Amino acid sequence: MISHLRPALVSMGLFTALLGVAYPLAVTGVAQAAFPAQAGGSLVRDAGGKVVGSALIGQVFTAPGYFHGRPSAAGNGYDASASSGSNMGPMNEKLIEREKADATALRAENPGAAIPADAVTTSGSGLDPDISPANARFQILRVAKARGVPEGQVSAIVEAQVLPPLLGFIGQPRVNVLALNRALDARFPKGG
Amino acid sequence: MTWQGWAEIALTLGLAVAIGWPLGVFMSRVWKGERTFLDPILRPVEALLYAACGVDPKKSQSWHGYALALLAFNLVGFILTYLVLRLQGVLPLNPQGFPGLSGHLAFNTAISFVTNTNWQSYAGETTMSTLSQMLVLTTQNVVSAATGATVAAALARAFVANRGEGVGNFWADLIRTTLYVLLPVSFVVAVLLVALGLPQTLSAGVTATTLEGAEQKISLYAVASQEAVKMLGINGGGIFNANSAHPFENPTPLTNLITAISINVLGWASFFAFGRMVMAKKEVRALVMAASVLLFAGAAGIYATETQPAPAQVAAGVDTSVNMEGKEVRFGAPSTAAWAAMTTGASNGSVNGMHSSLMPLGGGIAMFLMQLGEILPGGIGSGIAIMGVMALLAVFVAGLMVGRTPEYLGKKIEAREIQFAILAVIVIPLSMLGFSAVSAVLPEALKGLMHEGPHGLSEILYAYVSGTANNGSAFAGLTANAPWWNVTLAIAMAMGRFLPIVAVLAIAGALVVKPKLAPSAGTLPTDGGLFVGLLVGVILILGGLQFFPAMALGPIVEHFQVLGAVAALR
Repeated sequence: MISHLRPALVSMGLFTALLGVAYPLAVTGVAQAAFPAQAGGSLVRDAGGKVVGSALIGQVFTAPGYFHGRPSAAGNGYDASASSGSNMGPMNEKLIEREKADATALRAENPGAAIPADAVTTSGSGLDPDISPANARFQILRVAKARGVPEGQVSAIVEAQVLPPLLGFIGQPRVNVLALNRALDARFPKGG
Repeated sequence: MTWQGWAEIALTLGLAVAIGWPLGVFMSRVWKGERTFLDPILRPVEALLYAACGVDPKKSQSWHGYALALLAFNLVGFILTYLVLRLQGVLPLNPQGFPGLSGHLAFNTAISFVTNTNWQSYAGETTMSTLSQMLVLTTQNVVSAATGATVAAALARAFVANRGEGVGNFWADLIRTTLYVLLPVSFVVAVLLVALGLPQTLSAGVTATTLEGAEQKISLYAVASQEAVKMLGINGGGIFNANSAHPFENPTPLTNLITAISINVLGWASFFAFGRMVMAKKEVRALVMAASVLLFAGAAGIYATETQPAPAQVAAGVDTSVNMEGKEVRFGAPSTAAWAAMTTGASNGSVNGMHSSLMPLGGGIAMFLMQLGEILPGGIGSGIAIMGVMALLAVFVAGLMVGRTPEYLGKKIEAREIQFAILAVIVIPLSMLGFSAVSAVLPEALKGLMHEGPHGLSEILYAYVSGTANNGSAFAGLTANAPWWNVTLAIAMAMGRFLPIVAVLAIAGALVVKPKLAPSAGTLPTDGGLFVGLLVGVILILGGLQFFPAMALGPIVEHFQVLGAVAALR
């Protein structure tokens, strides 16, 4: 064992320098030079240059004139420094009660329409930036009413924001909520 | 279930095997010490490492010399990681200002990363400084994977040798696998992932003002560099608490495809590399076939369960076509099912959806794939090594049936090899079931549970199954950052890692001195459908039957509760 101690200590030291320092710094260097926007967290800025969020990270929307993201289990909702799912099992009573309450509230704003599953379930990360196209369409009625604009125009903005699966079968169709709401604000500047 | 879903699952699993093949060819050249196209850059670095360590890469070690070197290297890694985690509060590059970890958490985390498990009792973004993530966790992600690879290289040499002596040089295998395989592949994948959206920065984060005027603190890290080794090294420890469900670790269907393939690609490559070294391509093709069949069945099973109606969605009166709790919209059922099977079939343990919120049988299948011993295709090197042990047991069982001394890949399999093979596979149920049984009645342990009843038992069982199998995924309702869980899980991880490794090296030591035999008329063919069937049977009996009673009280009984609840609600 003793004879193995020198190579163990030396190799661990050198590997730490190579893998723990040089490798991440080299990737950081290449990333910052070639892909600065992504490397910095895909930040989204307003006209004044102020950071309003990340294109990849969901945020809280509660105003009726905005499209809402999914329920979130990250901190107090969309806490991007405390990602988490609910981790509730399928028979969990709290989960059943929570989904029932959310569905009742949604049913009041668009009676008769089928409620998509992602509107009442929390995501794995609690930071899901997306909703399903069905969920976006479900909310058109409320958003159009709150902004006092025709449903057809809101619908057109939603459809333009739908991202299809890769090659038609990898992943799911989705709508980025932040991008959708920014498009909405751009088209109807007074709303929100 | 849709055809698109099936196509995505088949493509993801299939591409991992397809890309694993050329990488395996390359890996066999690395293990044999042959020239590669990376030599002009890496030969000098390699030579420098040998000189600094004072080792002669040509000097073949006996199996116990090899094992001692491996253990010494891992011991040093453990001590270094433990110290950095304890002291991160006073060390530099801590922009988040996090304090050092508690003793039991640092102990658990150090064992976890050294054993290639990456069980995480902590949430990354509220615990780990940038220095800890980079310096010790990224380093261990790579070298723990390389440690696994050395075992397969040694076992392969034992099968090749004709009355040989040594099983190779641990330091050479470790250094060459790290330099020629893990580092360059990780670098390429890391840069690709940044291009596709993963952050890579030394800043701790930014504070945004949302469209509604609220403040949102967004944690950032050097994510891409660690993400690449986390997947390729089959580690699975997330930078963030939500692991690969977090949009910064896995933002799009394309990053999901690339990282999912990365989970299995070097595991398959190890199978092919082993086959080329032993000159047993057909036999290894049979092993790949057996593992693929089981893995695809697992993915298909999880896809099927996740498209069953979930009780909460039935009660709420919403769409029930997919169980969406704990899943990301961009992934849905197929991406989550493929990932869940690949991460538990390999000893990865990353997740892109929360396993605790899977339907009972979906979570049960994930557990079952780990109980099989992490051989589908398992970790780098460690997967093929344990699969080799399973093959030895399969030929032994066949030998008993016809009353002949069994042979595998030209070596006679006798009592000593089978004793060590049994030792390698008996640790797994002993640790998984033993610790679970104690925890199920210990108030100290039960405090950490989120659920009562069968789902609570599943939380316990999943934790020790995952720890012992060096997987690292969790039913994350369990609050594991407490002394009982941290210490016992650390012991389970160490047992599940090092006892099988030493047993496999002992088998290598026993085989290397034997003469290499040519197959005779009485040799059981180990490259055909008959052997694949026999092997699958041995794997299922060893993995499946001994866990059945425990599984019946957890996921299986919960499945019937779900069926009853859904029927009552409708």
